[in-house]
Amino acid sequence: MNKNTNLIKRITQMIFDSKVTILFLLLFIIAAIISGKSLTFIIPELFTRIARNGFLILSLIIPILAGMGLNFGIVIGAMAAQISLFITIYWGLTGISGFLITALLALPIAAFLGTLVGRLFNQMKGSEMIGGLVLGYFADGFYWLLFLFVFGGVIAFDNSKLMIASDASAYNPVSINTAVRCVAVFCLALTLLLAAARKAKHLAVPVKTLAIKCGLAVFVLVLTFIPQLEPFLSHSTVTNGIGVKNSIDLMGIYKYALDTVPMIKIAEYGFYIYIIFSLVSLVMKMIYRQKIHWKSVVIKTVIVCGAYALTFIPAVDEFMRRDKVYLITVVDVLLPFTFGWQAAKWFNARFVEKKSWNWHRAVLPVAGAAVVYLVSFIPSVYKAFQLTQIPVMTYLCIGGVCLLNNGLMKTKLGQDMRTVGQDRTVANAAGIDVDKTRIIAMVFSTVLAAWGQLIYLQNLGTMQTFGHTMVAQYAIAALLVGGASVNKATNRQALLGVFLFHALFVVAAPAIKVLLGGDAGAIEEYFRAFVSYGVIALALALHAWKKKAAK
Amino acid sequence: MTESITNSRVFKGLAKFGLPRIIIAAFFLLLLFGTAVLDLGVTSALGNCISRWGMYGILALAMVPSVQCGVGLNFGISLGITTGLLGGLISIQLDIANNPALVAISPTFAVLAAFLAAILMACFFAAVLGYFYGLLLNQVKGSEMTVTTYIGFSMIAFMNIMWTVLPFKSGTLIYPNAGRGIRNQVSLDSSYKGAISNILKFKIGSLTVSTGLILFFLLMCLIVWLFMRSKTGLAMSAVGANPMFARAAGINTNKMRLVGTMFSTVLAAVGIITYSQEYGFFQMYNAPQMMGFISAAAVLIGGASPKRATIFNVLLGTFLFQGIMALGLPVANQLFPGTSLSEILRILISNGIILYALAQTKGGGSRE
Amino acid sequence: MEKTEYVLKMDNIAKQYYGNRVLKGVDLSIKPGEIHALMGENGAGKSTLMNILFGMPVIHSTGGFEGTVEIMGQPANIDSPIKAMEYGIGMVHQEFMLIPGFTVAENIKIGREITTPNLLSRIIGPTLETLDFEAMSRDARKALKTIGLQIEDYIKVAGLPVGYMQFIEIAREIDKTGIKLLVFDEPTAVLAESEAERLLEAMRVIADQGIAIIFITHRLDEVMAVADSMTVLRDGEFVARKEIKDTSVVDIAELMIGRKVEKLVEEEDEDNRVLSDENVAIQLRDYKVDMQGERVRGIDLDIRRGEILGIGGLAGQGKLGIPNGIMGLYPAAGTVTVNGQVLNLDKLGEALRHKIAFVSEDRRGVGLLLEESIEQNIVFSALQTNNRFLKKVAWMQFYDHKSAGRHANDMIGQLDIRCRSSRQPAGRLSGGNQQKVCLARALTLEPEILFVSEPTRGIDIGAKKLVLELLTKLNRETGMTIIIVSSELVELRSIADRIAIVSDGRLACILKPDDSDANFGLAMSGAWKKGGEEES
Repeated sequence: MNKNTNLIKRITQMIFDSKVTILFLLLFIIAAIISGKSLTFIIPELFTRIARNGFLILSLIIPILAGMGLNFGIVIGAMAAQISLFITIYWGLTGISGFLITALLALPIAAFLGTLVGRLFNQMKGSEMIGGLVLGYFADGFYWLLFLFVFGGVIAFDNSKLMIASDASAYNPVSINTAVRCVAVFCLALTLLLAAARKAKHLAVPVKTLAIKCGLAVFVLVLTFIPQLEPFLSHSTVTNGIGVKNSIDLMGIYKYALDTVPMIKIAEYGFYIYIIFSLVSLVMKMIYRQKIHWKSVVIKTVIVCGAYALTFIPAVDEFMRRDKVYLITVVDVLLPFTFGWQAAKWFNARFVEKKSWNWHRAVLPVAGAAVVYLVSFIPSVYKAFQLTQIPVMTYLCIGGVCLLNNGLMKTKLGQDMRTVGQDRTVANAAGIDVDKTRIIAMVFSTVLAAWGQLIYLQNLGTMQTFGHTMVAQYAIAALLVGGASVNKATNRQALLGVFLFHALFVVAAPAIKVLLGGDAGAIEEYFRAFVSYGVIALALALHAWKKKAAK
Repeated sequence: MTESITNSRVFKGLAKFGLPRIIIAAFFLLLLFGTAVLDLGVTSALGNCISRWGMYGILALAMVPSVQCGVGLNFGISLGITTGLLGGLISIQLDIANNPALVAISPTFAVLAAFLAAILMACFFAAVLGYFYGLLLNQVKGSEMTVTTYIGFSMIAFMNIMWTVLPFKSGTLIYPNAGRGIRNQVSLDSSYKGAISNILKFKIGSLTVSTGLILFFLLMCLIVWLFMRSKTGLAMSAVGANPMFARAAGINTNKMRLVGTMFSTVLAAVGIITYSQEYGFFQMYNAPQMMGFISAAAVLIGGASPKRATIFNVLLGTFLFQGIMALGLPVANQLFPGTSLSEILRILISNGIILYALAQTKGGGSRE
Repeated sequence: MEKTEYVLKMDNIAKQYYGNRVLKGVDLSIKPGEIHALMGENGAGKSTLMNILFGMPVIHSTGGFEGTVEIMGQPANIDSPIKAMEYGIGMVHQEFMLIPGFTVAENIKIGREITTPNLLSRIIGPTLETLDFEAMSRDARKALKTIGLQIEDYIKVAGLPVGYMQFIEIAREIDKTGIKLLVFDEPTAVLAESEAERLLEAMRVIADQGIAIIFITHRLDEVMAVADSMTVLRDGEFVARKEIKDTSVVDIAELMIGRKVEKLVEEEDEDNRVLSDENVAIQLRDYKVDMQGERVRGIDLDIRRGEILGIGGLAGQGKLGIPNGIMGLYPAAGTVTVNGQVLNLDKLGEALRHKIAFVSEDRRGVGLLLEESIEQNIVFSALQTNNRFLKKVAWMQFYDHKSAGRHANDMIGQLDIRCRSSRQPAGRLSGGNQQKVCLARALTLEPEILFVSEPTRGIDIGAKKLVLELLTKLNRETGMTIIIVSSELVELRSIADRIAIVSDGRLACILKPDDSDANFGLAMSGAWKKGGEEES
């Protein structure tokens, strides 16, 4: 009797905890029915959107674990991505190689910006969320400045794909000379003012840095007066067009760059990377005289080599040259794969590492895969799955982030982040550098957000230069829909969130059309905004209410 | 020698004022200087400053009750603004400004009546909505800023949908040619444009002063000031300054916060109608989204903090902020024509000062 | 040979905070494996001594300390908590430094997780080393076994009973390598009786392993039960160090309290009051207050009209909760009758309407609006409750600056509040003057009953006398019933008619000012069982 009531209590508790998710599910089902769209429309669209947005949403998890709440500042990562995109397009790079270089370029930019964001957040502990929001808008201002004035204005860019063509003669040009002098004087004045302010507050004034900054400004100023540099510096700053185009077409440049990576390439590079990685690892272990589990190393190498060898079989080779897999294939393979994976784990546990293995944990994934497989027999579902294509590389990247999130938490750094996230005072007392840990968490999130934005753009095919304002809201709303909260988020919740959130919007547009008749137009956008804001407002309010109740 | 300078009261006062505020004030003066130098008409520019001061003033004033009662910067004044818009639109729909009976008395009277009707309806809606809003805020003590922002956004998004489907029939309101929903900008020409701005309006050369507008703004300031000195006002301020102190004095904290929130929402409603009658248009849909941040930035520039705001902060801050906006546009257009430099300026200044204010609160030292 | 007998030897420790001497030459010596109790009233200097032992930043940023510290016979320079840890000193805090969302093992290993290097960590840095959960689990189980706590190391700490949490704190400390000395700061304060017993047993086990223990507590019975020796501090001075077998509860109590009682207030006028047990101003029955850190667990008390009642007791025992509950600042339950009428404890401001005023112990947090003027602070309560200092205009009431100013200046003169003008912000005043402002506000209400909590905390001796004299004068001249809640027995014993001692949230007993020191000591340390003296 007791066990039953306990179970009922637990189930009701579970339902109550995931009320947002369930609400969304209901909304989706209702909208789907109203819209009258078939699964063959919904499912392919849905999987495209998951590929597009999944990575970005997963970048939100690390700050939540580090106690910094919902990172409204990921829009800064998106900006970093767009800046590096702009630069590599200007350099004329294309394709997957260009894309990878863009990602590489975005890394330092995003990392640097991430440290700035982290340092700012350390100044406003407890208000990180509103701070991130306002920071997003603030950064937008600089972004506009960069893309509307610096690019093309101060720095000349001659590229019709990127720049707005305009007549330069219409401008009242400010020469580089004047511009540099103004900037130098301004910086000098600002530095001195700041130092004076510090003095007034009886704070220490770092004389050395002060001297260096002033010296630099004066040096630049003096440079502008050197006669030899005159002709060079008196050029007008305005050359071709000022300002970047509102929307840049990525067709032929990066569109589908990541999506179209053929599986054979993935297998090839994957194989090479694995070999290098394990060799280096072995060498390291030998240098540091650490124990090498020869048995597992050998087994793993054999399996990997065997798998790679398989790809040489003509039939497999043919298959692997493709870049996308049909969803139906995935579903068909899923059940035996999951089963095999769990069996391998059991084998590993029993015979290799000789520890116990909890078979309960295997039941859920296997059962889940079985259910999906059975569902695919329904004709409409089967048709839909047949039509849906999965870009392998992109989904692998999403999987990679999930692994990163999990892997990070198994390291000392991840544990420090979790500790800081749970209780800063205890973390501090235990000797953890709270500020530094938070900054590192921000860097991770910003870099991942940058890459996420790149993946988004390459799938979309167009870069809306100024269209990134809602990036944070949509991503955060999606995460919350998946059941995450301000202080807890898992990979699973992120993926579920992407799924449900975008499922709703796939059917919402046609549903609204049906409901209101005629062209839905702007209503669809408003509806999407309303739902996103509403979900966030609800989550924030619930979190605040719980916090107050706990006191 | 430097010691005597840095220890002087002037310097200390400046230091307390804060560096960003000094920069902004200096920037304002710089722009004024620039306007004169570039020969863009200082008097008309100043007139512009003053009219913007009156336009945005009441919206900034709405921050004062919410800050003083402890709720903090009310980023959610969008709720007040949308109720204000609703009231204003209904007044147009009912065509009070052209009501024959009222026009017979005097056209100006009819226009004023329409304006007044708009304000009264707006106040009513705002009070009701503000009440529920206040109840919600009492449940989320400590996180008001984030919650108010997103409630505000949700409200705007929701009202966007409403503007498209609500049964407004008047020609001035809806899109022509059987379009759907209310226009993006609703003109007030045929209703109460300039209702109070035109009162006692005078021109000196190219300087136009909408005296009525300024007077109305100052009247609102006076009302708020009087309220702050009343028994309820004092109790409310105490709640914001030190809730435990207020409790010890027998004051119901939640009730006072409710009063503050309602007052703030009502002021926002009045503010948007005042703004629109001077501007000549109701800006619908997503336009009010940033109003919360702009108003908060204005009071912060004037010297307020998320915990304390006075009417002086409103007067000074709105003038400086809107002054920069007013002066910046022509200067920017002169130097860099065809660009939206003033918009960028607005974004940088308003959000920058809010970030500064948030960073000042410094919750917890680096070792915590 | 003699030197290495002690694991810790602190000699002639002195410390002053901005001219205020809080430790005046204190000695402390602990042998290895010894359980040593450190006793004294609040303000005796125990916390400061421990802060010095731990190298807390607050000591070094305020001028360091005098005296020497020796660990295992070697001079030790402990200038940071990390150094203290390296010397083998650990501390089990009163407020647990545990993370509820983590497992027991994670909590035990917090900040000192065991890791193994991996490829990435060698390239980038040690922070990326993988956590070795197996090893951590092993260490955790070992530590738990040592202190005899039977729980699994992988369950989450959230939801565990308080006693278990304390044990996990202890496990964390003994897991640190090289622990020689553990400090327990009031460990049994939050524990139930059975849990406390288990704790004392665990202390024995730890001590038997050679780890010395400093046991800070005020519970005499616990000291007699488990300690080997003890040191008593009083007013920052070293009083005595004795072996437990050579002393008794009464002995210790006397040592803790005993001092010359100098009457702070001279009784000039005749005492014409008639105090009777029938004439009761406030009656408390089964009175409980839920105030963090000062919980009241059920008090029955009659406060006679016109008397000065002192309420004393150690910090955290509940005395401060009594007035806070009546004034509605914290949730209270039970029956409170004021002048025969039952007080509704849930309604805010009820006490004020019954003409009860309160001066809080938390001057800055509860007692003042720091940014507002002195004048505003003084008139505020009377303004809100009695509608004084208001001008009526139509249906609204506005602040009457003139009458408020007059009254404020009046009060400033009466209480000798040192300030530039009544317009000065209250936050700028010194502690003593701030206290006077709070008092002025309470008096402006013209109350019949006045509660004053910690009236002279942080005030210099001259101002102390003034405040106490003023309270006595008010009582004699106006018949105001005054209840003083204070941790300074001296001031209570100098002006109160009776003194109620609160221990562990309950009324221990009511004593007369001239009762023996031993009685006071016993009452405060909870060794006083209801119905008479107790000697253990």
